[in-house]
Amino acid sequence: MESITNSIQGVPLNHYILFCAILFSIGVMGVLIRRNAIVIFMSVELMLNAVNLLLTAFSVHHGDASGQVFVFFVMALAAAEVAVGLAIIVMIYRNTSSTDINVLNRLKW
Amino acid sequence: MDVIITISLLAILVLYLGLFKAAKALLPVTLVGLLVALGLTFNHWDLANNTKSIFSGMLLFNNFSVAFSALAIISTFLILMLSKDYFERISANVAEYYTIILFALTGIIIIASYHNLSMLFIGIEIMSVSLYILTGIKKRDYASNEAALKYFLMGAFSTGFLLFGITLLYGASGSFDLTEIRNYVASSEEISPIFYAGILLSIIGLCFKAGAAPFHFWTPDVYEGAPTLITAFMSTVVKTAVFAAFLRLFYISLSSVTLQEFWVPVLVVLASLSLLIGNITAVYQQHFKRMLAYSSISHVGYLLFALIALSSASDSAVFLYAAAYTIASIIAFAALMVVQKQVGNDSFDNFNGLGRKNPLLALTLTISMLSLAGIPLTAGFIGKFMMFTGALSTYHTALTVFAVLNAIVGVFYYLRVVVAMYFKDAERNELAVPVYFKIVLVVSTLATIIIGVYPGFIADLI
Repeated sequence: MESITNSIQGVPLNHYILFCAILFSIGVMGVLIRRNAIVIFMSVELMLNAVNLLLTAFSVHHGDASGQVFVFFVMALAAAEVAVGLAIIVMIYRNTSSTDINVLNRLKW
Repeated sequence: MDVIITISLLAILVLYLGLFKAAKALLPVTLVGLLVALGLTFNHWDLANNTKSIFSGMLLFNNFSVAFSALAIISTFLILMLSKDYFERISANVAEYYTIILFALTGIIIIASYHNLSMLFIGIEIMSVSLYILTGIKKRDYASNEAALKYFLMGAFSTGFLLFGITLLYGASGSFDLTEIRNYVASSEEISPIFYAGILLSIIGLCFKAGAAPFHFWTPDVYEGAPTLITAFMSTVVKTAVFAAFLRLFYISLSSVTLQEFWVPVLVVLASLSLLIGNITAVYQQHFKRMLAYSSISHVGYLLFALIALSSASDSAVFLYAAAYTIASIIAFAALMVVQKQVGNDSFDNFNGLGRKNPLLALTLTISMLSLAGIPLTAGFIGKFMMFTGALSTYHTALTVFAVLNAIVGVFYYLRVVVAMYFKDAERNELAVPVYFKIVLVVSTLATIIIGVYPGFIADLI
């Protein structure tokens, strides 16, 4: 166990930054490319979790606990957002029987 | 902090009033509660301006926050006065509207007074989540559904950017505290590249929330689909609050000269794009509400001028501009609600002949349009004047010339409504304007003219 912790701490900070940036970009691409509201929503969650991971890495790097506390805030508020977001998606599904965002094209100029 | 606590408790109280079927008491209780909160806000006014931060450095309630909180509370008060009989028509659950608007207001006061980036995030989230619900509150209405989903997806997306930006700022500086970040910038010889990436991502996140081009594409749809009263709230109070947050972050933490060289060009591009896209697209609109949505994008462009010319005068410039814009927009939305309710449609043709039948409504709407366009002797002119003076004092001459040209385009589409009201005749009946509306219209018009004639008392405030 000791050796695993040591080897994890041996990972340089740059690797975390790079990894989280890639994860975040995958989330961004998902939001931009996918057409299903639920998949878009999952991609947003991926973005938030990339941020959480990076926050924890920075927090350990600086030896400062506030980053980890921030992660809890992000999780709590992401959960609130999920509740509201799923409610909105359910509302749309009841009215249109679809979660595809291409159906949503009534508002145009 | 007593203002935040008062408004949160007020929201819960209103929710309980709804539970006990006290529908008549909802509006009066909310308005009285807001007045109490306003009084408590003024109580924090500090002439010496050396306020200490509270909650272990989480919030700093200085004169800047007092001014913006007061503006937010007053405009919410005016908007809620328009809500009499409005919510009853569109939904059965009236208490929830007031509650959620009050929760959004709590978030707004937090982001007007944050001193730690975690509070910025929490405030923005409280405000946004409330707004997602408010946008989609007409459950069976298709446009409202669509607006809610678009707003929600875009809002959550932009929150991701803002969070990533905050994280990178934290990674480079080792703290979420605004003063600590400034100390990091001042003390380090070479600023880490991830700090710059953090600034860029925060700008993107905040511009999404404020609706600056090219991150504006959700604005017109959401503003059109949401109930008009909520649109009024979003395009005035929320926009002002996001700018207060923007200004606070950049003024306290990121105002050093080396950093300004990095982010000022970015904001110049964003401001010019907002002006261009907002104004040009607004010209082609046939509907008043959508025209206001595009005009709000162009106003974001003008507000960004204060950040481009960042100085100690930026506070009062943003405050004055935001106040002028808020008051004028409230008049416009009040008039829109009257027309929409009784005609059922908000295209420009429905304003024809209003000048003869409803002189008061037409006059106040005219003054508000003149203020939005920036004609002298109205508040909007003073706002634009301060923005342009700031930009010229930092030698952004080309940008200012461009903005003036855009302001001229703005005059064209704002005056379309005025022309329709006074110079086009139409067979129409007089519209009934409720007393509450008359009060809001007259008070806001007087405020517009008073700020336009004597800007000193509000410009030297902060």
